Amino acid sequence: MAEIVQEEKKQKGAKKRPKRGVARVDMTPMVDLMALLLTFFMLTTAFSKPKVMVITMPEKNDKQQPPKIAASRTLNILLGDSDRIYYYMGVADPNKPPLPTLIKTNFSKDGIRKVLLEKNKDLFTKIEEYKEARLKGKIVVADTTAENYITKLKTDDNVGPIVLIKANDKAKYKDIVAIVDEMAITNVASYAIVDLSPTEIDMLKSAPR
Amino acid sequence: MPKIKSTARSPHVDMTPMVDLFTLLLTFFLLTATFIPMEPAQITIPNSISEKTVPDNNVMTIFIAPNKKVFFNYDNGKDTSYHYRANLLKAMGIQYKINFTPEEMKKFSGGGTFGMPMKDMQRWLDTKNPKEAEQMQTGIPMDSLDNQLAWWVRMARTVNPYAEVAIKADGDVTFPTIKKVLDLVQSNGVNRFNFITTYQKEEVGLKDLPK
Repeated sequence: MAEIVQEEKKQKGAKKRPKRGVARVDMTPMVDLMALLLTFFMLTTAFSKPKVMVITMPEKNDKQQPPKIAASRTLNILLGDSDRIYYYMGVADPNKPPLPTLIKTNFSKDGIRKVLLEKNKDLFTKIEEYKEARLKGKIVVADTTAENYITKLKTDDNVGPIVLIKANDKAKYKDIVAIVDEMAITNVASYAIVDLSPTEIDMLKSAPR
Repeated sequence: MPKIKSTARSPHVDMTPMVDLFTLLLTFFLLTATFIPMEPAQITIPNSISEKTVPDNNVMTIFIAPNKKVFFNYDNGKDTSYHYRANLLKAMGIQYKINFTPEEMKKFSGGGTFGMPMKDMQRWLDTKNPKEAEQMQTGIPMDSLDNQLAWWVRMARTVNPYAEVAIKADGDVTFPTIKKVLDLVQSNGVNRFNFITTYQKEEVGLKDLPK
């Protein structure tokens, strides 16, 4: 704007005047934007690494008998096709009728998570209280110490559920990941991905859709 | 006191070098940030609350695409002196009686994810045509008669015993395929798996406990 006024004056007066300064482009906004973009790309490159969910599968050993686990603590989660999910407590032994009934649930907050939280109330409360105390500064320990403490709480737990995750042939990978993730969310101490028994396959077939 | 005469100077600072530098850095970060390693298939990974990142080295990654094709990736080790990829190819060459030339080894070392039957490997390494190379990525066979994936895993573990197994599978792949891969990896003595996921926050606290 200022330059336009200047030019007008020049024409009116018709007097030669030395030009004031060289015509420059103000680069400040450009530099601002560049700095912003630069910061953005610098930060995103550092954080865009994918994450991993670590899972240890039970060892495959034919000689060794599978560990005996209490039926009362066993929570079986059965995964079917099109995101269907069922659970039942105890064991489904065809020699000991009646067979347990499958309860249908879902992956939502009020679905399987509620069931897991209910069963794992003790351990979950312990771990969450510990985490909260750390957050509020009541307990000051290093991250690794806290992790070790939580791992110890998990190994010492003997009332929480033992979750057996069983997927049928049409279950999708994302459902398996989702259910293992639920275990992490609800702090379940012991869980494993195991095969369906023939009885359970039949139970899944006759289960309500 | 003598008056300090301020020299008549334009109030502008010459920002050109700064802009130059910024453009350079920006271009660099732009290119490195959007650089996604070439993967032979589009894989949509599920999400989880895990915040652990994928290890940088000592890791073999098994890709399972939605069409059940399986691909494999392996890293070169902590630094250039390990030559894990070249050693892996050499080991596989001995297993399948294929002689790989030093040039082929070099190309394999610098490459990324691959997935083809061993008989196509040499042709894939030799071809200069990227389109043809892409078409050859038909997945690693893993049927019981010729389980090449099992050999890749075994050789990868032999070449680098510290190699962990990461699985990058599409969310829609059905369980039998996953199980097949997990079983063959487990038969090679690996019981620990890293499922590659994207992070998604999930807030659960004491207040969520059912009363």
